[in-house]
Amino acid sequence: MTDLPDNVVITRLDALVNWCRKNSLWPMPFATACCGIELMATGASRHDIARFGAEVFRFSPRQCDLMIVAGRVVMKMMPVLQRIWLQMHEPKWCISMGACASTGGVFDTYAVVQGIDRFIPVDVYVPGCPPRPEQLLQAIIDLQEKIQREGTASGREAFRRRQPPRALVEDPRNPRLVVAGPPLFASSGDEAASDRPAGSETSAT
Amino acid sequence: MASPETLQKLKERFPEAEISEFRGQHRAVVPAGIVHDVLKFLKEEVGLALIIDITCVDYLYYPNARDRFGVVYIVGHPETAERMIIKTFVNDPAPTLPTVTDLWEGANWLEREVWDMFGIRFEGHPDLRRILLPEDFQDHPLRKDYPLQGRGERHNIPVVTRDLG
Amino acid sequence: MPLEKSTTYIPKDEAQEYLWTMNFGPQHPATHTTLRLILKLEGERVVDADCDIGYLHSGFEKLAEHLNYNQYVTITDRMNYVSPMANNVAWHLAVEKLLGIEVPPRCQYLRVIVAELARIADHLVCNAAVGLDTGAFTFFMYAFNPREMIYDIFEALCGARFTNSYTRVGGLMHDASPKAIELIREFVKRFPRALDDMERLLTRNRIFIDRTKGIGVLTKEEAINRGVTGPIARASGVTRDLRKDEPYLAYKDFDFQICCAQAGDCYARYLVRMAEMRESLKIIHQAIENLPPGPVNVAVSERIALPEKWQVTSTIEGLITHFELIMSNRGFEVPCEEVYCATESPNGELGFYIVGDGSPYAYRARCRPPSFVHFALFPHLIRGHTLSDVVAVLGSLNIIAAELDR
Repeated sequence: MTDLPDNVVITRLDALVNWCRKNSLWPMPFATACCGIELMATGASRHDIARFGAEVFRFSPRQCDLMIVAGRVVMKMMPVLQRIWLQMHEPKWCISMGACASTGGVFDTYAVVQGIDRFIPVDVYVPGCPPRPEQLLQAIIDLQEKIQREGTASGREAFRRRQPPRALVEDPRNPRLVVAGPPLFASSGDEAASDRPAGSETSAT
Repeated sequence: MASPETLQKLKERFPEAEISEFRGQHRAVVPAGIVHDVLKFLKEEVGLALIIDITCVDYLYYPNARDRFGVVYIVGHPETAERMIIKTFVNDPAPTLPTVTDLWEGANWLEREVWDMFGIRFEGHPDLRRILLPEDFQDHPLRKDYPLQGRGERHNIPVVTRDLG
Repeated sequence: MPLEKSTTYIPKDEAQEYLWTMNFGPQHPATHTTLRLILKLEGERVVDADCDIGYLHSGFEKLAEHLNYNQYVTITDRMNYVSPMANNVAWHLAVEKLLGIEVPPRCQYLRVIVAELARIADHLVCNAAVGLDTGAFTFFMYAFNPREMIYDIFEALCGARFTNSYTRVGGLMHDASPKAIELIREFVKRFPRALDDMERLLTRNRIFIDRTKGIGVLTKEEAINRGVTGPIARASGVTRDLRKDEPYLAYKDFDFQICCAQAGDCYARYLVRMAEMRESLKIIHQAIENLPPGPVNVAVSERIALPEKWQVTSTIEGLITHFELIMSNRGFEVPCEEVYCATESPNGELGFYIVGDGSPYAYRARCRPPSFVHFALFPHLIRGHTLSDVVAVLGSLNIIAAELDR
């Protein structure tokens, strides 16, 4: 090892693998609604997603490693989405594009799932209704950074960042149904009330 | 809006139809028993041969409403802008109307949607299944006593984690 | 060689077990949206098709009962997301009919312009999709280029690329800026060349004609019987066009033709859409050159539209009107009545049936979606054709899932 030639680069295997992976993401466009149009615009000539190596849209989940969920996902569609997600091979990542996919957006109705992260793991969220193509490109850059930072050649980090499952509880109004249990973050309303300094009510009146 | 001849013919043939006008639109309220005859008459003898829409309104909380469901048929002329709204009322339990799929093929999906959203049965319909919601859905969501956020159906789906993938 | 349509080869019941069943969708590149088809195949021929929809049903009509008349326009954007402006215009036209008000001439002209721009954008996507599915990828790229110009116009008008929400009850969000008018003029100048290029690419293309001519034939009688409207009905010889028959907004001021065809196949639908784009451009050209001056909103005294900012800060009438309209328990007065108002949207007759109950929220707002009625045609059109014709027929029907399922 004393006289190593100049044209040899030494690196960690993880870093090399991550570098390869991050620059050749193959997206699986799960485009359901309005955001799908912006996804198409991102792929078209003006914005050109090919600059980031992610232009190879494949409609077969077995060939893809990045799922872009663009648009609202409703309860009839969620099992389809999960099935496609399970058909993709590890390592795989998921971008939740738009307000509807991330939180349900304006559609707080009986049919729309309030955020796909309740049912599948999500790596990057893109806000906006719909997000501009530039925002989606930024999301891909962020994901590339994340892959470079966290990835391992064996893919074991994928199992570490699993989503905490929610307890399933019975809906008291409708005993036929079992619903996803308590939310991830408890509301802080009660704590705020107890933190209020004593005597503030009297001073307000 | 409907032409005066249409209204005249309708009045002569079906005296029980209550015809009213609002903003230039004519609406005829007919009893549920004769709605099929009225539509057949309008299609075959008046020439309003285009079924534009079939929908329903749940009058549960409407001020001064007497009946629960109002089913609305909108028929039009295929060449002109002539249009007529036919309305009829049905009530709980088991609201039922005769189908109009024998008059118009296009009524098939429209009636299925009304069944899906309001639970009104159309007797004689060839294929009365749910159309928009899953088959195992229990309620009819556009009824007024069904909450906007639903009864938890939207989150009754198993969770997929990385372990399973 | 286009296949002749006949019904002789449909096998009898005892032979049904030899049929293949193929699932198509709901996540498939050629559906363009989320819908599912269950096809019964005999070899490569489609014997029967069953449509399964509702994969994007989001409860739009339920939501309409919980949002007021101005808020709901944001939801109509997401209904037909290829041409949201047309939905905005249709919704507020229906609300204004319920309230019995008429918007000023400048607003009418601007609404006509944006509705026709939306029609061009919609037809571009539809024809591009037909081209893409039948193998003409270059045409797809040519069609998406003018769409970016339309996006730029909409962005200059209201700040959003395509969920615009540009209209308000009794007017518009604000007047068109000189920059936007300049962009529209430039579009009128430049678009005919783009359209000529597109026609040269595809209209006489041998492969495209072979794949679309004689495919998915819809006769005039069937079109009427199945409630078909819009370009699909006009391709079958129905001359109904609400812009001429029932001139809403300012359409009676303009000189334009209704584009019809007789054949009723996929190729005729393509031709009708191409011709309609030229007519729309004629309307835009006339409207932008004769744009009347004046306000875009109805007068403050009508208590419908929000007053201008200077009126709120410097006049008592403006301040009171603003307060009355913005407070959640006030709003404008709505009659306890029902009204159906339809417009000729790019896809067909887009109507709203609104029931008012005196409150600022619609008691019921039914949308009559053209895609829903048109998709019911699909099994009828595809029966007897081959599997590769499925995408051509599907593309020429221009199904938008959010409008289909709402």
